[in-house]
Amino acid sequence: MPEITYREALNQAIDEEMARDDRVFLIGEEVALYNGAYKVSRGLYDKYGEKRVIDTPITEGGFTGIGIGAAMAGLRPVVEWMTFNFSIQALDQVINNAAKMRYMSGGQFKLPIVFRGPNGPAEYLAAQHSQALAAFYAHTPGLLVISPATPYDAKGLLKSAIRNDNPVVMMEAELLYNTKGDVPKEEYLVPIGKADIKRSGTDVTLITFGKVLHLAVSAAEQLQAEGVSAEVLDLRSLRPLDEEAIVASVAKTGRCVVIDESCPVASVGSYVAWLVSNKCFDILDAQVELVAGLDVPMPYNHRLELQVQPSAEKIVTAVKKVLYKN
Amino acid sequence: MAENIPMLALSPTMEEGVIVKWIKHQGDIVAQGDILCEVETDKAVMEYESPAEGTLLRITAAQGQSIAIGETIAVIGAQDEQIETPQKPKQQEVLTEEVPRKNIPQPPKTSMPPLATAKLRSSPLARKLAELHGLDISSVKGTGPEGRVIEADVKQAIPKTPAATPPLSRPDDEVIEITPKRKLIAKTLAGSKFTSPHYYLKVNVIADSLIATRQKHNAESDHKISLNAFLIKFVAEVMQRHPVINSSWQDDKIVQHRTCDIALAVSQPDGLIAPVVRQCHTKSLTQIDSELKALVEKTHAGSLTSADYANSTFTISNLGSFGIDEFTAIINPPNSAILAVGKISKQPVVGDDEKIQIHQCMALTLSCDHRLIDGAIGAIFLTDLKEMIENPRQ
Amino acid sequence: MNSPDITKYDKSFLSSLLQQMLLIRRFEEKAAQMYGLRKIGGFCHIYIGQEAVCTGAIATVDLAKDYIITAYRDHGHALTVGMDPKVVMAELFGKITGCCRGKGGSMHLFDEQKHFYGGHGIVGSHIPLATGMAVKIKYKNEDGVVLCFFGDGAIHQGSFHEALNMAGLWKLPIVYICENNQYGMGTDFRRASAVNELSKLAASYNMPGSRVDGMDVLAVYQSVTDAVKLARERSKPSLLEIRTYRYLGHSMSDPATYRTKKEVAKYKSQDPIVILRDRMTAAGMFTEDEYVVMDKDCKSIVTEAIDFAEQSKNPEIETLYEDILAETQE
Repeated sequence: MPEITYREALNQAIDEEMARDDRVFLIGEEVALYNGAYKVSRGLYDKYGEKRVIDTPITEGGFTGIGIGAAMAGLRPVVEWMTFNFSIQALDQVINNAAKMRYMSGGQFKLPIVFRGPNGPAEYLAAQHSQALAAFYAHTPGLLVISPATPYDAKGLLKSAIRNDNPVVMMEAELLYNTKGDVPKEEYLVPIGKADIKRSGTDVTLITFGKVLHLAVSAAEQLQAEGVSAEVLDLRSLRPLDEEAIVASVAKTGRCVVIDESCPVASVGSYVAWLVSNKCFDILDAQVELVAGLDVPMPYNHRLELQVQPSAEKIVTAVKKVLYKN
Repeated sequence: MAENIPMLALSPTMEEGVIVKWIKHQGDIVAQGDILCEVETDKAVMEYESPAEGTLLRITAAQGQSIAIGETIAVIGAQDEQIETPQKPKQQEVLTEEVPRKNIPQPPKTSMPPLATAKLRSSPLARKLAELHGLDISSVKGTGPEGRVIEADVKQAIPKTPAATPPLSRPDDEVIEITPKRKLIAKTLAGSKFTSPHYYLKVNVIADSLIATRQKHNAESDHKISLNAFLIKFVAEVMQRHPVINSSWQDDKIVQHRTCDIALAVSQPDGLIAPVVRQCHTKSLTQIDSELKALVEKTHAGSLTSADYANSTFTISNLGSFGIDEFTAIINPPNSAILAVGKISKQPVVGDDEKIQIHQCMALTLSCDHRLIDGAIGAIFLTDLKEMIENPRQ
Repeated sequence: MNSPDITKYDKSFLSSLLQQMLLIRRFEEKAAQMYGLRKIGGFCHIYIGQEAVCTGAIATVDLAKDYIITAYRDHGHALTVGMDPKVVMAELFGKITGCCRGKGGSMHLFDEQKHFYGGHGIVGSHIPLATGMAVKIKYKNEDGVVLCFFGDGAIHQGSFHEALNMAGLWKLPIVYICENNQYGMGTDFRRASAVNELSKLAASYNMPGSRVDGMDVLAVYQSVTDAVKLARERSKPSLLEIRTYRYLGHSMSDPATYRTKKEVAKYKSQDPIVILRDRMTAAGMFTEDEYVVMDKDCKSIVTEAIDFAEQSKNPEIETLYEDILAETQE
């Protein structure tokens, strides 16, 4: 199986779906001539032309709304947000329009549209450019929300998202674009709404999604050396959540640590922690722990910004807590 | 066709509106949008615009009248149109009317998947409690959701020292509702017994002289005097010398009474009551007896008022007529003591000369509230009373 | 702009405009009354006074290929695209027979089949949607145009400027129609806008802009016809400021005390229905008797709509979880 980057996986997904369905087009800032701010759309403009790879002015609310209107009328736009930080400009369009249109029209409209871009902190970007905003979208009924962590999942989920008849918000990460992984040559899809066990274990369940999955895996490896068998469950989809997979894994281990790089209050992680406490109440051997971003805006200083984010060490500490090992 | 013009909600919160003034009058031609009248809502005076055009055939709501939303205030139609008396508005269908709730729908995926585990469902608190009592939690039957063992289950399972308390009721028991009177008795006497520290003093009194005196008096007079009247009189007399007995404990003070109001416990089918003979220390035996008779009659007739039984300063309970030898009584608040009187019976008495003689005897038991009456005080009162009964003066 | 010569139009066309405006008027009068009787709840924005705008504008398009979208004062547009007054009234009543199954209400009327894309509650938020619909027309090389209605309040939202910029940049087949009823809620538009001539804003986005008398349905019809032609034939957007007036408050809970009686009376004296009727009568194309019949018809249509709404059922609780997501057809 060829090993490719997360960026290439996204590019393949968009390319294949544009080739497959001429209603699919890519719209956003710098997606065409510049080949994408993070080069996700490299080569697509040359291949499909300006009609289907559309550069916009810097006008997130505007082009997001245009995408939604086009989707209502039957096209299948892929809207690229240069980063999720700028998606806040378009929050009204996504929450008031995309998520609500089908419901308030009594089921008259389909909204086959994907909103995608990098989410969460990178490095040295400070408060406005380093935000993990999953909760904003996962909170809203009428949306589907996905957050793949590997090239395989990125490609398979993006293809599913483009083929879905509902608005899908897909959160990538700047620090994931260069990561590599095996991606088959043959066509495949990853279903929305299905979690994936990235590492099997019996003593504790680590539940996570997105970029920090890799921290969870490395924490699990450290723990293995200490004789602790950690299972790593990658949610992949935040809305809908794969509750069955969550409960099944915790039923096996009886202990749970949730890892979410977002701020902790009212986050996806805190919701999952509630879900586990509620559904697995009888079988938990310890309280559910949440390893989240600290409850502060992101500072610029590197030492400080690292302190804000989850780390393998923080995860190991939390695991030891639920194992009563410290 | 004529149109009924209804009162409208002209503010979001109003329930009815008052017609402040009719701008248009019966017979006027009105156009749509013309101001028909002014309506005072709960917030402000608003103009009511005509929703119809034609002739204002009838005004059905007078100036100053308050009209509920939906009720007709006027009728507009063609000039010569015959109109019926406006009907009551149709019963308004409420917007929030509920569709019968058969199945409350569930969001698509919140069902709890079965746990693939043999582990027992139990709450952390239940587990902790079981551990504390050395109980194997798997032996406890759970009553929580899906058989979860909860705190109450563990508490139930903790072995108890065999309880002596019999079951409170049996299947064939009759359950009787408590009457207000019984409730009051229960409250008063429980309050007395549990807050006044009782102690008891008993003497055996030779009643030969008392009986003789009474017989003599009753033979000479038409007014037959009861034994209880004698006892009341004697107590009143002796109490003059022992004012502590005639006192009440009130919060952190002692109130010593100057008058001597003595109650006598009288049994009734629906419960005990104790009517009071007032000012006994000032009254003659005959007076006391007359009043007592009247009170007992009233008691049996059920016509006592609170003035007849409230606020005694001392109480006598006599169960002699029931054949009781001796007993202890509970102090009747706000009293500080009560005298329990047993039956008069012939008894052998060892005299000072060490010879046994037969006398008419009677046991007296005094219950005292130790907060006011120390043992010695109670004892002196009781022996003085004994002395008076055994040697009654006229 | 002078009013077009009435004799250019045939009688049946003029009658259909008059009938449409009258139907909206009668519908709205009853809707207001039903709101007062608490049959309709929440926010309810009445269109009385503005009937000429949607009537004249929508008469210019072909809804087999063209699209309509508006804000929350949408009852008139819904009726003009040909939605059944019964299902519109039932929606206002929140009944299951309403066009949106009781989930949208007064502000969110939709009819996908008739290309009526709402009914939108967030001021200005639908203007990018309209622009996206025009993107679709151009993307698919279709012949359609989009009529995007909004109020004078929406014109200062970023979404208006963002959308018009892209429409101008990409030459989209769309007509932006600002229904300037002169008050953004309680605020006179002159107190909210740096320019009083709102159509001037078109210049920033390289599109033609003009002001139209919105109390004259023929003036509206003529101006929108020209703008639609430009969009359809040359794929060029334009902005029309159609100056109009609402007789009632912003919504049913607004007593509109910020306007003088004199001002309201002035506009009522140029009532769009009266103007057209009188001009038709003066031109010998219409009689008083015909008007009486027309009015009676409109009233009975509205009465039937109310009966239908009254008799319809509330939605079952079970419908709560319906219509959130579509079943993907793949």
